[in-house]
Amino acid sequence: MRRAASFTESFRELGLLVFIVVICAIFQVRNRNFLTLENIQDLLTNTAILSIMSVGMMMVILTRGIDLSVGAVVAVAGMVSALTVQYFRGISPVVSILEAVAVGTAAGVLNGLLVARFNVLPIIATLGTMNIIRGFTYVISGGAWVSSYQMSRGFKEIATGEVLGVSNPIIVAVVINVLFFYFINHMRTGRQIYAVGSNPEAADISGIPRRRIVWLVYTLMGALSGLGGVIWVAKFASAQSDTATGFELSVIAATVLGGVSIAGGSGKVSGLILGTILLGILNNALPLINVSPFWQQAIQGIVILAAVLTNVLVKRNSQRFALRRRAI
Amino acid sequence: MERSIRVERLWSWRTFFLQWEWLLVLIFIAVNVINSTLSPYYFTADTFLQTPMTFLDMAFLVLPMTMVIILGNIDISVGSTVALSAVVMAVAYNAGLPMVPAVLLCLLVASACGFINGLLMTRFKELSSVIVTLATMIIYRGIAYVILQDQAAGKFPKWYSSLGWGSVGKVPIILIVFAICAVIFGLLLHKTSFGRKIYGMGSNLTASRYSGVKTDSIIMIVSVLTGLMAGFTALFLTSRMGSTRPNVAQGYELSVIAMVVLGGVSTSGGKGRIAGPLLAIFIIGFLNYGLGLVNVQAQVLLIIVGFLLILSVLVLNVRFRGRYQRSVPSASKKVAAQEHPNDNTP
Repeated sequence: MRRAASFTESFRELGLLVFIVVICAIFQVRNRNFLTLENIQDLLTNTAILSIMSVGMMMVILTRGIDLSVGAVVAVAGMVSALTVQYFRGISPVVSILEAVAVGTAAGVLNGLLVARFNVLPIIATLGTMNIIRGFTYVISGGAWVSSYQMSRGFKEIATGEVLGVSNPIIVAVVINVLFFYFINHMRTGRQIYAVGSNPEAADISGIPRRRIVWLVYTLMGALSGLGGVIWVAKFASAQSDTATGFELSVIAATVLGGVSIAGGSGKVSGLILGTILLGILNNALPLINVSPFWQQAIQGIVILAAVLTNVLVKRNSQRFALRRRAI
Repeated sequence: MERSIRVERLWSWRTFFLQWEWLLVLIFIAVNVINSTLSPYYFTADTFLQTPMTFLDMAFLVLPMTMVIILGNIDISVGSTVALSAVVMAVAYNAGLPMVPAVLLCLLVASACGFINGLLMTRFKELSSVIVTLATMIIYRGIAYVILQDQAAGKFPKWYSSLGWGSVGKVPIILIVFAICAVIFGLLLHKTSFGRKIYGMGSNLTASRYSGVKTDSIIMIVSVLTGLMAGFTALFLTSRMGSTRPNVAQGYELSVIAMVVLGGVSTSGGKGRIAGPLLAIFIIGFLNYGLGLVNVQAQVLLIIVGFLLILSVLVLNVRFRGRYQRSVPSASKKVAAQEHPNDNTP
C-alpha cells in the first residue's frame, strides 16, 4: 500500500517532468532561441514571484485551507513600500523589503485570526480580507500610481540586480524553496502542518496545537506575499492599486498543478517546484513560438485541467493495482 | 420526514425574530435611511424601481449560486461563462445570425458550460468543485479571448437594448424577469422534493446517496441551471452595455459568492434560505447607489462589503450557533455533534 502510494507520487512527478521536457523540446524545435541561458534566466525570473508564493499557498492548502487574498496582499505590500520610497528616496532596499514583509505578515495574521480563532471558513475569510485589503490599497494610494521615476535605483535593483550573473528574484526563490523544504520536511512544526491537514481531530487529540499551526500557516503565506509584492513592484517599476488582480488564482493553479491535494494533507515541495515551472513556461514561453497571446489563457486552462484529470486517473489505476495485488 | 421535524420546532416570537433575515432587513432599512439623509430626492418610488436596473444583471447568478453553495459546492466559473456566452452571441449576430436565435445561442452556450462543469464534477468525484471550476473558469475565459481577441462586438438591434433599459409602465423589464426567476428558484428550493434533496445532499452526501437520491443528476441539474442563469446575466449585461468584450464580468464569481454568504447561506452546505441572498443583493445594490450619491469611490464599497461579509459570518458563528450549527468548519462541527448526539434536526 505504502509502496503503491509512493509509486503514484513519484509517477506523478515523473509525469510532470516528462511533460515539461516534451514541451521544452517542442518549443526548442519551433524556436532555436528557447533553450538559451539568457532566455531560461528570463523565464525563471518571471516565475520567481509565483514560486515564492506557491510555497506559502502549499502550506495553506495542506491544512485544508485556501487563501484568496494573496493578490491583494501583493498589491498592498508593494504599494506601501513604493510609497515609502517615493517620500524617503534614500531609504535602503533592505528596509523596503522588511517593510513589505511586515505589511504582508500583518495581513496574514489577520487571515489566521479569522480562520483559526473565529472558525470562519478559509474561502470566505480570505474573500472578505481580499476585498478589504484591495480597497485599502486604493484608499492609501488615492488611486494614483507610483511610477518608475519616483523610485530609487536601489529599490528597483531588488528585482533587476544580479549576484554572480543570477538575477535576485531567482536567488530569493531558490533560498525560499530550500528553506521551506527543510522546514516542511525536517522540522517538527513543518510535519505538524501535514498532520493538521490529513486529520484535524487526530491532530487535536495527539496534542498538536492545531489552531496555532493554522494561524502560523496563514501568517507565513502573508509574509511570502509581502516579499512577492516588493519584488513585483520593483520588477515592473510601477505600483498600482490593481497590481496582481487575479494572481491568487495563478498561485492556486501552480500549487494544484504541483500535486498538492486541495483536500489537504498531501503534497511535496519537489512536485510544487515542477508545477510552478510548468505554469511559468506556459505563461512566458508561448509568445516565443508565435502562439497568439489570445490563445495563452485557453491553453493554460486546458493544461491545468489535463494535469488534474490525469492525476485522478493515475491514482484510480494505482489503487486498483494495489487492490488486485492484495487479493492474490 | 420534514413534516415531523416542523412539528417539533415550536413557533415562538423569539425564534421568529432571531432569524438572520431580520438582521438583513434591518441593515437594508439602515442603508435606505442613510441614503435618504444624503439626498432629499432619494426616497421616491422611482428610485426603488429604477435603481435595481443598475445591479440586477449580476443578481441572476445569485439564485443558482445559492443552490450550489447549499449543496456544499462552489462555482467560480460563472463570470467566465457570462463572458463566453456574451461573446459567442455577439460574434454570431455580427456574422449574420438573426438576434432571436443569437439570444437562444447565448443561453445554449451558457448551459453547455454549466453542463461541462457538472459532467466533470460527477465523473471525477475526487476533485473538489473549486478545482474543477477554477480550470473551466480559465478555459471559458480563454476561449472568449480566442474568439474575440482584444476587440469589442456590438451593434445590436434597437429592441435588444430595451431588454436592459426598458420598462413596462414604470417597472423595468429586468426587475420583472428577475422577480419571476427568483420566485421560480424560491419554489424549486423550498417547495419541491428537488429542493429538499439539495438540502439533504448538502448536509450529508453519502447518506443521501444511500437513501436513493440520484445525487449525480441533481448536481447536473444545478450545474446546468447555473449556466443558464449565467446566460441571462450575459443577455442583460450586454444589453445594458451595448457591446461586449472578452473581459466582461471579471470577478463576478466572488461578488456573487459574497452576496450568497452575506445572505446567511453556509458554505459548508445544507443551510440557508433564498430570502437571505435576495436581501443581500438589494443591500449591496442600494449601498452602492448611496455611495455614488456622495461621490465615494467604488473601492470603498469593496472594504464595506468585505467587512459585512466577515462580520456576518462571525455573527452567524457566534450568535446563531444553535440555529446555524453547520457554519463552523468541519473539525469543530464534529465536536459539536458529539456534544449533542441526539440533536439531529437539520
